[in-house]
Amino acid sequence: MMLNGFLVVGALLFALGATGVLIRRNAIVMLMCIELMLQGANVTLAAFSRYLDDQAGFVLVVFSLTVAAAEVAIGLAILVALSRVYPVVNVDQLDSLSG
Amino acid sequence: MADNLETTVAFWYLAIAAVGAGALMLIARNPVHSAISLVIVIFHVAGLFVILGAGFLAVAQIAIYAGAIVVLFLFTLMMLDMRRLPEERVTHRQIWLGIPLGILLAIEGVVVSVGTPEISESIKGTFPPATVSELGGSTEALAVALFNEFTLPFLGASVLLTAATIGAIVLARRVETHEQADFPQAADASSSAEAPAEPVLEESAR
Repeated sequence: MMLNGFLVVGALLFALGATGVLIRRNAIVMLMCIELMLQGANVTLAAFSRYLDDQAGFVLVVFSLTVAAAEVAIGLAILVALSRVYPVVNVDQLDSLSG
Repeated sequence: MADNLETTVAFWYLAIAAVGAGALMLIARNPVHSAISLVIVIFHVAGLFVILGAGFLAVAQIAIYAGAIVVLFLFTLMMLDMRRLPEERVTHRQIWLGIPLGILLAIEGVVVSVGTPEISESIKGTFPPATVSELGGSTEALAVALFNEFTLPFLGASVLLTAATIGAIVLARRVETHEQADFPQAADASSSAEAPAEPVLEESAR
């Protein structure tokens, strides 16, 4: 059945994104990996929407696109503001708060 | 849409290419290569949306993600100037924990996905393919749902976008408090120059 195939793709994209957030040092690449996780969620939402004969999942994908755009705009603005204070983009070098 | 041979072949190509490009994104040392891989993922997920019969979502996906979000990533990469970064170590030192957790998450997701049962007729929604084609297509059906059932969240999304735009401008703006402290007369002059504009605006509003 096709629904399971779409769900597997969504799960794999989500797992890849989560792994990337955990293992990469570069904050911009971590934001890209969050986008990858959102893509996995979008595939799952659209697949369920299609096979349940319901439009709610497609509508949620539209909102997910909106939230992703807002999230990237704010996240990258924070990175730009941060780079003026600390000229590094690797998250493990931003350790002023660790004891 | 029927699960015929063409759809199945297209699905397998799009699925393998999307997951493969996602994996490439993780192992690329240069952040620009990661951004290009993200574009490949986005285009193939858009293809999956087309197979699912959501043409509008596929176009919106390409326009918003590939056209706006990835360009924003590339602009930030250009502003932060990462030319010397590829020589450095790209992985966090918690990689020994991250890789097993990621594999565990992938196994869990695949097991749950494969175990999802066949959808019975009793739980299906109110937009079967006949109704969708009667409305004029998938985009029209999406609009019917979006502007009837989800009007309030739609307006909330516009508020969110406005707040995010203003927030991004304020955050990324260069703070110039020192210059204003050095030249207090200039700040006073600009505020007194703006002051007469307000009564005029109020009169025209009346």
